[in-house]
Amino acid sequence: MNTADQYVKAIYLLQQMENGPASTGALADRLDVSPASANEMIGKLESRGLAEHEKYKGVTLTDDGIVRARDALQTYCIIERFLANVLSVEEFRAEARELEPVIDDLVAERLDTIIDRNAECPDCFDPETDACCHLDVASEANVEAEEQRAD
Amino acid sequence: MSVGHRVSSDHQLARLLQIGIVLEEVVEARSYHHYQSLDEGSELDAEIESLLEHAAAESAEHRERLEALVEELDAESIPFDEIEALVEAQYGKTEPEDFDDILYDQLCNEETAYKFYDDLVGALRASEATFGIDRDRLIDVLIEIREEEADGVEEVTKIMNKRQ
Repeated sequence: MNTADQYVKAIYLLQQMENGPASTGALADRLDVSPASANEMIGKLESRGLAEHEKYKGVTLTDDGIVRARDALQTYCIIERFLANVLSVEEFRAEARELEPVIDDLVAERLDTIIDRNAECPDCFDPETDACCHLDVASEANVEAEEQRAD
Repeated sequence: MSVGHRVSSDHQLARLLQIGIVLEEVVEARSYHHYQSLDEGSELDAEIESLLEHAAAESAEHRERLEALVEELDAESIPFDEIEALVEAQYGKTEPEDFDDILYDQLCNEETAYKFYDDLVGALRASEATFGIDRDRLIDVLIEIREEEADGVEEVTKIMNKRQ
């Protein structure tokens, strides 16, 4: 998934969570980039007609941006489900975030041939837990808690 | 979340190689299924039969090469039986109707594999991380596999064009 797709996906999820435009600061936090980098990419998305930025309010996706974000989210959901259900990775959210930049949507589509996704994907994705709602995030939380205890 | 195309750890590399193994397993299992369906059909097409036979054998060989790399990284490999069962479970839903469907599916397999190795080579080249495997050897192996996938794309396209 390329950088622009990661951005539109993050904006889409933030808009859902904030029920309005996504603030540049929240976007930079979510993607772990500097606000300057986030601003630069927002400018690129605007010039490609994928997003609109309003000063002091934040960024909103256009219809084309929403289509692109939903495709990217579907790819992300495939990666999460693949890691959790096929490779039995407990920390599938953390690993999906790591792998996301290197997995292309073409590759995800092929992985999808062995994943039984629900028809409503990507609406199955919960921005609060950052996971497909059909996956068990509790197991990952347990692993994190155990690691914290060990520290 | 990291933005950018980089591979930065042995763990991430092993996971990506495992994804490559699964992709090869999918190709191998689907080629085998397609091959079986040809066998059951009344008219056998020698050219497609040979293509699928070759694709399954090549994927098995790629899988073994990737598994050898994963082993060096001290990560677990993926049991082929499990993937085959998953392919089996989903295969019925997308069973090809004719030779054109089979060829198209084969083209998608080869193109996807090519794209995967190409992205992985790009991500490794962009990374400055040190891995448990010699980086040059790793990249050489992946490039060799990628080129075989490119040959596969060419071969399927040639047959598809001839049949038009």
